[in-house]
Amino acid sequence: MNLSQRKIWGYRRENGRVGVRNYVAILPLDDISNAACEAVASHIQGTIALPHAYGRLQFGEDLDLHFRVMIGTGSNPNVAACIVIGIEEHWTMKVVEGIAKTGKPVAGFWIEGSGDIATVAAASRKAKEFVHLTSGILRTECPLADVWVAAKCGESDTTTGLASCPTVGNMYDKLIPLGLYGCFGETSELTGAEHLAAARAATPEIGEKFMKVFSAYQAEVIEAHKTSDLSDSQPTKGNIAGGLTTIEEKALGNLEKIGKTTRFIDVLKPAEAPDNGPGLYFMDTSSAAAECCTLQAAAGYVVHIFPTGQGNVIGNPIMPVIKVSGNPRTVRTMSEHIDLDVSGIVRREMVLDEAGDKLIAMIERTANGRLTSAEALGHREFVMTKLYRSA
Amino acid sequence: MGAPHLLVHNRKDNVGVVVVEGLKAGTQMLCVITDDNSDFMLEAKQDVPIGHKIALRDLSPGDTVIKYGEDIGRIVERVGKGEHVHVHNLKTKRW
Repeated sequence: MNLSQRKIWGYRRENGRVGVRNYVAILPLDDISNAACEAVASHIQGTIALPHAYGRLQFGEDLDLHFRVMIGTGSNPNVAACIVIGIEEHWTMKVVEGIAKTGKPVAGFWIEGSGDIATVAAASRKAKEFVHLTSGILRTECPLADVWVAAKCGESDTTTGLASCPTVGNMYDKLIPLGLYGCFGETSELTGAEHLAAARAATPEIGEKFMKVFSAYQAEVIEAHKTSDLSDSQPTKGNIAGGLTTIEEKALGNLEKIGKTTRFIDVLKPAEAPDNGPGLYFMDTSSAAAECCTLQAAAGYVVHIFPTGQGNVIGNPIMPVIKVSGNPRTVRTMSEHIDLDVSGIVRREMVLDEAGDKLIAMIERTANGRLTSAEALGHREFVMTKLYRSA
Repeated sequence: MGAPHLLVHNRKDNVGVVVVEGLKAGTQMLCVITDDNSDFMLEAKQDVPIGHKIALRDLSPGDTVIKYGEDIGRIVERVGKGEHVHVHNLKTKRW
């Protein structure tokens, strides 16, 4: 069937977006509300707690990012309904009101004044109500291109640039023209390929916007904090074991993810939801897997493609992460983590076009409800990006 | 054509990537340039692990290593054709 006519079975949300999972999320506003959220989630089946490390005494741009991630995570179409628990009312309700804009069921609870036990009791009653309200929602047929697909690679090696990243690029080259929203990030891991990335912007202005973000990262993070040799961290020890020698080599392989013809249409802040229509977006993110996936999920992406060489095991609590590997040794030794084996490319048994089609088929199966390896293995890494020390 | 031992991204590249496990010195490697599917033979001079790079020609300190048709760093120790290229003889030009 023609790709433009392909459908998946998804959850059409109140705001028109398509989700592929149907979670009732129990979201802590802050670190000290994790215990209450985990108590609710262990009490009420069909809910998922999203514990994290931050949310107190943040300020300025760092606080803005915290709220974007909180509101964005609760607003993600894979979340059917959301309970927010915080230590106090004001910030809790700010997150609740942000999520409520999607039209989905959401409620907030705060611990000060009543304690954990009474808060957990009240939040559990509401969570149970949300489970009854949402667990019977039927999947409906939705166009494949309504599924927002983000990408990021990790534990990369030289096979990433030969096979798994070009497979992702082939998928984007096929699906972006149909109206898909795509996303790539990893600001630091474009070092050495930044000129090629900038040239792939849809207009020179967008290219300049990208270079501004890239240069700011180099100046404010790398130059400000580097020790004698960043090569101790980039490439990682795993990258080096896999044969990658320099950051430039790693970046060139990384960039294969955006395909041969696709151009990116805007540059997003971390966790910023794209609002310029369908197309590929660059997001300014850390290159650490869990941080990047968390930011992309908070921006509204519902499926993630994760090419890996040496075998990264990352997952996300609300966004299925599909692992793709082209390393024959990794698909043999870490098979339980790999959803799609494209090692046939390095043996010249599989052409890229075929690998891209297999990835699209895997996106469809995942969107229809197939659990990814990371989901089946219980990987739920939810990791906030912190821009600087709290007040 | 059988499965290649070494893949080269671009005709301009001076290194290729080993794509078989347990490659031994002395192996006559089938090398394929993925951009145009052309092939050539090259003898591996060392045992090199899967995923690691091999020089396609002699390289001297200061030479730029080209992969994907792009600059991936500079040579800091002499490397002979068919030998292993990695952190011991190739360094970034960045940070």
